Amino acid sequence: MSESVLKITNVNKSFGGLKALNNINLNIEKGKVHAIIGPNGAGKSTLLNVCIGLLAPDTGTVEFNGKNIVGKQAHEINQMGLVRVFQTPEIFADLSLLENVMVPALAKRDGSFKFKIFRSLANEVDIMEEAISALDSIGMSDKLYQLAGSMSRGDKRRLELAVCLIQHPKLLLLDEPTAGMARHDTNQTIELLKKIKEGGMAKIIIEHDMHVVFSVADTISVLARGEIIATGTPDEIKGNPVVQEAYLGGSDE
Amino acid sequence: MILEKKRSDLVTMILFSMVVLSMPIWLNPLGANYPDLLQKFAIFGIFAIGYNILFGLTGYLSFGHAIFLGVGSYTAVWSFKLLSMNVIPAVISSVILAGIVAAFVGFVSLRRSGIYFSILTLAFAQMFYNLAYSVLTPITNGETGLQLALEDPRVIDRLFSTAGEGLPSTELFGLSMSGYSGFYFCAVMLIVAFYVSLKIFNSPFGLKLKAIKSNQHRMKYTGYNTRPYLLTAFIISGMFAGLAGALMAVTDPLAGAERMQWTASGEVVLMTILGGVGTLYGPLLGVVIIKYLENIFSAVNEAVLQTFFDFLPSWLQDTMVVIVSPFVGEGWHLTLGLMFMGIVIFLPGGITEGFQKMKKRFFTKENSESSNQEGK
Ligand SMILES: Nc1ncnc2c1ncn2[C@@H]1O[C@H](COP(=O)(O)OP(=O)(O)OP(=O)(O)O)[C@@H](O)[C@H]1O
Ligand SMILES: [Mg+2]
Repeated sequence: MSESVLKITNVNKSFGGLKALNNINLNIEKGKVHAIIGPNGAGKSTLLNVCIGLLAPDTGTVEFNGKNIVGKQAHEINQMGLVRVFQTPEIFADLSLLENVMVPALAKRDGSFKFKIFRSLANEVDIMEEAISALDSIGMSDKLYQLAGSMSRGDKRRLELAVCLIQHPKLLLLDEPTAGMARHDTNQTIELLKKIKEGGMAKIIIEHDMHVVFSVADTISVLARGEIIATGTPDEIKGNPVVQEAYLGGSDE
Repeated sequence: MILEKKRSDLVTMILFSMVVLSMPIWLNPLGANYPDLLQKFAIFGIFAIGYNILFGLTGYLSFGHAIFLGVGSYTAVWSFKLLSMNVIPAVISSVILAGIVAAFVGFVSLRRSGIYFSILTLAFAQMFYNLAYSVLTPITNGETGLQLALEDPRVIDRLFSTAGEGLPSTELFGLSMSGYSGFYFCAVMLIVAFYVSLKIFNSPFGLKLKAIKSNQHRMKYTGYNTRPYLLTAFIISGMFAGLAGALMAVTDPLAGAERMQWTASGEVVLMTILGGVGTLYGPLLGVVIIKYLENIFSAVNEAVLQTFFDFLPSWLQDTMVVIVSPFVGEGWHLTLGLMFMGIVIFLPGGITEGFQKMKKRFFTKENSESSNQEGK
């Protein structure tokens, strides 16, 4: 019944003497939201980097829908349906909001390379409508032609989320999607994340804000010093004394 | 909205063609109406438009585009020597060969980005210059340059007629390519080149190139294989340069290694930045301004300066001549350098940005005035 989307097996990664990931095993199921929490420097972002092909693990395998993706190129992994929101917003600062979401929509339709210059962008009605409705879902359809670089950090994050969602990923990786957002925008983002479940999209979410974690997550894993010290439902994690010590109570968060 | 857009492409092309083809008329008052200079405008216009597709859209700064200019010229002259004095085979083969060379140079250079890419292209430029200057002398005729000769085979021409007395001149089905007809041929090529550039700017392909310039990292994690995009842009811009090189040979059928020197690559960078990099018209503006000023400044010598400052008392006249003379004639590049510095410091977006700023200031002023009046 529970279909696995991402299967991380025995992954290790060291930077010099620092063991950033220590024998990680993780299984993400279709349609589920899996939160990863842990103190700063625990290795959360590194784990995502390994998943999207930004870093190669020293040992271990990462299987996406049953296929090993270690060693594949970034664009191949994305085209397979694994899409990521970065910790520092990665958007096209020199392009308008509309163009920012049209580019990923075109990637979904055209694939990783297509050379066709005698068709005008203005004739891509479908793509444009899709882009406008994506911007609408984050409440930005009123500033289509504003430059993305001129927005606040929180708005950039929401834009990046729209950039990723328009690709209809099978697995969405979110690295602190609400950091730097005002409370109101955070709540809106939570609502958006809860709403999008189409096609059984699975999500991995890294988040320091426990309010967000407990409102969206089905499962939570706790990462500390490169190791997963606990995995369970939100209630199990709340009550777990090891977690209390290592993270929830142990820091000022 | 969609129809409107289509129409505006057509309107743009009609207006552009009219402006280009009527250059001999509207440049007359500026004293720039002679074929030699008009041809230069069109040829360097093509060069700069093509360069802008690479540098303007993707942000990759190449210092090696004179390579393709040179390849275009040599190929065209060889076509005149071996095949025919007709310009069509010359232009076609030049563009193709320049594209092939660009594919090779681009393939290697695009393994790196940023400053390393620029340095690789610079290294290629130097290599090709040396190849043309010495190593490949049998093909390029080295220092002397490649020229037409009486005993050239010209196999296609010989099928239809016997060789004439003197050196033949380039032609388009009987129409001689010197003077104004040469300019009109170049102008038509410029219009075609501009059309391709306009299409690229407005296409999804163009948007993707701009996105690569803006954030290549995001592009890769958005599912794009960026390398073939960059390579395609590189090859297209190389082909434009090849076309420009071919047209140089069309209007004056000889080719020399100096056409490949890195200063020639640098010139197109200057023209593009001066006019406005990444804009549709900017590079053309840069070409016209630089080539026009070059034409004026390099013709000025001391005697001309003396007459120019004639109205001053003689001691001041002499001083002025001494001060100004390093900037004219051979020293024109000094003026160009100063101009370029001024632009980069005060108008990093080039002259096009200057226009936009002026327009904005003008419009907002008008608006605020009209709203004031409404308030009263
Ligand atoms: N490319 C790299 N090279 C060297 N060290 C790295 C690299 N990436 C991460 N590290 C180190 O690995 C450790 C884990 O980093 P990581 O970014 O994964 O932490 P994190 O859990 O995401 O922390 P945060 O909550 O601050 O984002 C840190 O000590 C970091 O300095
Ligand atoms: Mg992190």
